[in-house]
Amino acid sequence: MSNHAASASFPGSMSTDRPSREQREPQPPARRGSAGRWQDALFENTTRFFALLVLATLAGILLALLVTAWPALQKFGAAFFFTNVWNPVKSDFGGLAPIYGTLVTSFIALLIGVPVSFGIALFLTEMCPAPLKRPLGTAVELLAAIPSIIYGMWGLFVFAPLFGDYIQPLLTATVGKLPVVGALFQGAPNGIGILTAGIILSVMIIPFVASVMRDVFEIVPPVLKESAYGIGATTWEVVWNIVLPYTKVGVIGGIMLGLGRALGETMAVTFVIGNAYKISAGLFEPGNSIASALANEFNEAADPVHRASLIALGLVLFVLTFIVLALARMLIAQLAKGEGKRT
Amino acid sequence: MATEMSTTQANTTALAQATSPLYRRRLRTNRINLILSMAAMAFGMAFLLWILIVLFGKGFAALSPTLFTQMTPPPGSEGGLANAIFGSVVIVAAATFISTPIGILAGIYLAEFGKDGWVARVTRFINDILLSAPSIVIGLFVYTVYVAPVQHFSGWAGSVALALIAVPVVVRTTENMLHLVPVSLREAAVALGAPMWKVILMVTLRAVRGGVITGILLAVARVSGETAPLLFTALNNQFWSGNMNAPMANLPVVIFQFAMSPYEDWKALAWAAALLITLTVLVLNILARTLFHQSSTR
Repeated sequence: MSNHAASASFPGSMSTDRPSREQREPQPPARRGSAGRWQDALFENTTRFFALLVLATLAGILLALLVTAWPALQKFGAAFFFTNVWNPVKSDFGGLAPIYGTLVTSFIALLIGVPVSFGIALFLTEMCPAPLKRPLGTAVELLAAIPSIIYGMWGLFVFAPLFGDYIQPLLTATVGKLPVVGALFQGAPNGIGILTAGIILSVMIIPFVASVMRDVFEIVPPVLKESAYGIGATTWEVVWNIVLPYTKVGVIGGIMLGLGRALGETMAVTFVIGNAYKISAGLFEPGNSIASALANEFNEAADPVHRASLIALGLVLFVLTFIVLALARMLIAQLAKGEGKRT
Repeated sequence: MATEMSTTQANTTALAQATSPLYRRRLRTNRINLILSMAAMAFGMAFLLWILIVLFGKGFAALSPTLFTQMTPPPGSEGGLANAIFGSVVIVAAATFISTPIGILAGIYLAEFGKDGWVARVTRFINDILLSAPSIVIGLFVYTVYVAPVQHFSGWAGSVALALIAVPVVVRTTENMLHLVPVSLREAAVALGAPMWKVILMVTLRAVRGGVITGILLAVARVSGETAPLLFTALNNQFWSGNMNAPMANLPVVIFQFAMSPYEDWKALAWAAALLITLTVLVLNILARTLFHQSSTR
């Protein structure tokens, strides 16, 4: 429909076009005159301009970060991403510790968050009594609406002390005794550190992953599920063998979406991760993530190289989340397309 | 249906005794997994309730009328949050005014003009990514292109950062809503001789007004709790300031600074501020939902 503005003209209209041009196929809209035409063109181009503006934002972010991070990237080269030094006094920087912290906390978040989200989606689609479906679904989504700084405060003042007093000693005494994984659960139980950050992140991503899973579970054609129930399958068998394989791609997309959230989450992590530039074997030890390093240091960083190094970390974070989110969207889109074909 | 039988205790025991070990194992697996699923639901709800209870308990304890009349205090003295509340409202309002027209127009392009062309497809994809891009990076971006060149933090910079976060939300909902309008409605308007822009603005967009407003409300809810992008843009201000070209106090950054401080007075104020923000966000969310529900059932 986008070429109306340029071509349409009707007999009897006040158009300046000559009637000899009428032989072409009739176009649906009647134009009252050239005024209408240029208004339409103006309107379409205005809307296109704003759509392109959205597009330009992304390019702008990448470009601006790259330019401002350049001094650091130039000075340290690729080693910036693989060395663990953070010395503002000597102006020597390497971002491995925050990059490691970001990845590990996000991984913990997925490890806890994905099974719980799956359980919630299963409950909401297959088991929940109809009158409770909407309120419970809304409640899960409200968990996503709570601002992340609230999670941070709650984590620091309420969750971390309890976690350090009760759960961490318990973990050390039980799984801490196991041969290989035991090393992860050793250390001072002070409640703050990588593991706490990972757990709070998992609570934050649950609503995102669970609502994507619920939405994709609901597109499974009822006839498939009914056939399975008809031959005597249990609810679990239907979900595990019918629903999950059918929605596999969408479920992975939802998980990636959660991962994208977890990687970039700032305030909640900043409060509880401990902000120490070190990489330790134990998950109880304090660490740092890219986002929390930025939140804590950026405004105090007076040295241009320090500032550029922090922006370089921001660039890493943006590229990382971009890749994860792009994959997520492509997978979800693929599922939606497949569904269109099958039905 | 096997499942319905397994849900009632009496039937299950009778059946389990009567049938093969294989069938009993399947029923057991089913029951264990369904219980785990319920536990997952309970886990999620427990955290929601836990956070809300703590927040309401500590927040209401710190709530007092002076919050709305006094400025944020220096450490160790009494004070309120008046300047931060005012700053937050102004910054979020400006962000809404910036993002709403941009978001609606871009959404119109995607739904009405771009359709399946490459510009629209790429924009849609990028918009979906920006929808969950890390907000701290947005703050960093606004810092590098706005705050650094003008050499000072400002309320406007904060609004621009929040607008960048709000635009994708408005674009997405506007486009989705416009897709719901039946083609016959557009055709009827076009047949009456209305130019395309009138059809879109006065017929199509008006038909989905409720949905678009929902999108704007959700965007406002989303940005009013954002802290990370404001750290590098609006920063903070201890005093009442209506000057958008200077650093401006706002609730999220006040919470961040006060909660991390060692002073009890400040921590109490941080809880009060946290309660105010969460209530605002939750009310906006519920409002948006009921509005959408109304407009879609009508």
